[in-house]
Amino acid sequence: MNNETVFIAIAIGIGVLSLILAFIAVQNKSLSVSVIAAGVVSLFASVLFLLMAAPDVAMTEAAIGSGLSTLIFFYVLNKIKRYNA
Amino acid sequence: MLRNLLIGLVLAGFVFIFYNLYITYEPKTELTGIAAHYAEKGAVEVGAANLVTAVVVTYRGFDTLGEITILFLTASIIAFFLKLSKVDEEKIIVHRGTSELLITASKILIPIIFLFGAYVFMNGHLTPGGGFQGGAIIASGVVLSILANPNRQINHNVIIWVESISGVSFVLIGVLGIFLAGGFLDNRILGLGEFGTLFSAGAIPIIYSFVGLKVGAEISNILNKYQKSQKES
Repeated sequence: MNNETVFIAIAIGIGVLSLILAFIAVQNKSLSVSVIAAGVVSLFASVLFLLMAAPDVAMTEAAIGSGLSTLIFFYVLNKIKRYNA
Repeated sequence: MLRNLLIGLVLAGFVFIFYNLYITYEPKTELTGIAAHYAEKGAVEVGAANLVTAVVVTYRGFDTLGEITILFLTASIIAFFLKLSKVDEEKIIVHRGTSELLITASKILIPIIFLFGAYVFMNGHLTPGGGFQGGAIIASGVVLSILANPNRQINHNVIIWVESISGVSFVLIGVLGIFLAGGFLDNRILGLGEFGTLFSAGAIPIIYSFVGLKVGAEISNILNKYQKSQKES
């Protein structure tokens, strides 16, 4: 098994995992689970960017996609819950 | 039923469009046109070891100015919509308490994260990353500090001054380029220096440091607004 096969196998594995998590994010009844799943999709995307030799894009995706936007989603979710209660 | 049918039709349309693009696509085996110019002459003309930075800051510096302006506008719009009344400003955020582990870890990690952010934007011309990435990393440090203490006060005046001064300096350096070098945001107002060292690539490290400070301050400002919106009676 040479390097390229391993690389492609990892890339396909991450792609399938992020598809599953994206499906969970859309279908799950609990909004908190959806937000977490969306954040993990971003994290997997950043690993994929790293594998494709784009470390600068990976950095942005990890910091903004899975860090900041998840926090902002939770802030908004908290606000909505309080108004509905 | 009708809705699902319509969704299916739209998806089929996308498949049709992208399949046509896909079967006619032939990957290029060599760089052509302007890309070849950047790849061949970039190191000599700009002096930056990281070619992406050479393109982002110098060749396409005007676009970077536009991106920063968009980020500034976003922060302003969020600040406008999440503005609190004087009564609400006095209130505090009610939370369930944070764990001791998170508080202790944040005390050790936050300075390291800030330092790494500064490293990323100051070495933008040598290693992957740059102003935007460094600013985002600094903002992640702010996220950690908010998570450890949800009632943490972020000094608004510091953010505003850092943001304004870096924005103005970025444009001033750009204007200096018109008088001292070839045009707006030309990096050759300072010597190009030795290729691959920290003090090289002319004004790029300075410009990218200002970009990093500005991006970090703006994202922290957005976070601060969202944090304040959680205050309740």
